[in-house]
Amino acid sequence: MLTVLTPGPLATIQDRGRPGWAAIGVPRSGAADRSAADLANRLVGNDPAAATVEVTAGGLRLRAERTVLVAVTGAPAPLDVDGRPAPPNAPVTLRAGSVLRLGLPPVGLRSYLAVRGGVDAVPVLGSRSTDTLSGLGPGRLAEGDRLPVGTLAADEPIVDVAPVRAPSSRPVLRVLPGPRRDWLVAAAWEALVAAEWTVTADSDRVGLRLAGPRLERARDGELPSEGLVPGALQVPPDGAPVLFLADHPVTGGYPVLAVVASADLGAAAQLRPGDRLRFRR
Amino acid sequence: MVRRRRGFRRSRRCAVADHGGMERDASAEVRRAVLPYGDRGLLVEVADLAAVAGIRAALERAPLPGQLDLVPAARTLLVVLDRAPAESDLARLKRLEPAAPTTDADVRTVELAVVFDGPDLSEVAALTRRSVPALVEALTTAELTVAFGGFAPGFGYLAGLPDDLHTPRRTTPRTRVPAGAVGLAGPFAGVYPRSSPGGWQLVGRTDAVLFDAEREPPALLTPGTRVRFREVR
Repeated sequence: MLTVLTPGPLATIQDRGRPGWAAIGVPRSGAADRSAADLANRLVGNDPAAATVEVTAGGLRLRAERTVLVAVTGAPAPLDVDGRPAPPNAPVTLRAGSVLRLGLPPVGLRSYLAVRGGVDAVPVLGSRSTDTLSGLGPGRLAEGDRLPVGTLAADEPIVDVAPVRAPSSRPVLRVLPGPRRDWLVAAAWEALVAAEWTVTADSDRVGLRLAGPRLERARDGELPSEGLVPGALQVPPDGAPVLFLADHPVTGGYPVLAVVASADLGAAAQLRPGDRLRFRR
Repeated sequence: MVRRRRGFRRSRRCAVADHGGMERDASAEVRRAVLPYGDRGLLVEVADLAAVAGIRAALERAPLPGQLDLVPAARTLLVVLDRAPAESDLARLKRLEPAAPTTDADVRTVELAVVFDGPDLSEVAALTRRSVPALVEALTTAELTVAFGGFAPGFGYLAGLPDDLHTPRRTTPRTRVPAGAVGLAGPFAGVYPRSSPGGWQLVGRTDAVLFDAEREPPALLTPGTRVRFREVR
């Protein structure tokens, strides 16, 4: 059992989400930076399906009610246990009564806390993920919440520390063609990969709203709504693209010009308002 | 629906049809295009709702390797994979025989008890050149079918309204539409599963529980379900 002392700006429970329900309007959701969440689980020897805590912009403080093994990955929030610094990307033992604290990461946005056995919230449609768009799954963490520890642990962890690169605030993300390139002028694709884009404040787990050159439509009219994927770069009529993340809606009604490569989605999920990014083919 | 194939070679990246280019599918005599959608999906574009349902039924019965989800919409079916699409997927999606969505025996019919007192009822009646009782009569005799979901968990786009009942969305969406509100927009009818913002023309309300994650199935209106509105006062 872990007790939340302070949740920080936003902390949610996340696993791999609930794929398979799109036909009834249920988004996939799940950890925004999947590779960071997977690594946290690996470091404590968890099943990959175990739920972690996704901590947005640090600020989480929690107390272990019994001895547990934890690991924190993703955005490099400074960690301390009872005031003593602890290593990121490594298994850390918390004794009963110990308090773990995550500070504000100097770069990146989302850190992942795994506990050996997984966070045992009540699954909804097979997932413990908090979907901030549809409201499915457990609520966002609040002061005083008690998080039971589950039994989704596999082997004893064998990794002491994982060498990982910190997220970048100036990443270059690879894009692949989307289904509706022909709804935008040919120059739009060129502008997408040539320009530098800025993440605006109006960004969250649903998506990043990007500021840059206006991407012009090649045709008027309405596109019938169609399915979306994480990484889809959708261009609304105002010409400012939206890069969808984990809590994207199931369908959208504006053309998708390009899609960020799945390997680069984690880097996208680590961007915060004011960060700048580029796209490459 | 989740099926995984281990050891798939990711290097076999597909070369996809030109975006927007329609491929003639000789076997099924339907227009069908398979459009690129990043490295985890393919978008199948077809002529209409019936074709979407046919392709979806075929892929539910015999999924592609690593098929994670299917997202049906008005003219497209998004196939979400847990791996990069390959040439063989493209070929299969182009050739796929549509399946009958369901046999008559397992089509569910849901009757929704509706109080027709929505704030846009008289406006919709005027727009469709009917009296309010004639509009209600038209809505309660329409044989509707859930085409697809997408707006919120449990929301079903109901197809089958007569052409002269197609109405535009409200020019200014409401910031709050109550749960159970019955609305019309374009060719579709729909019921809001929970309170949310919305731009549909509201003609009535129902007490039916559209979505309950603890129920099996969670959504009352799943694609293919037949729906009728019954007037209650």
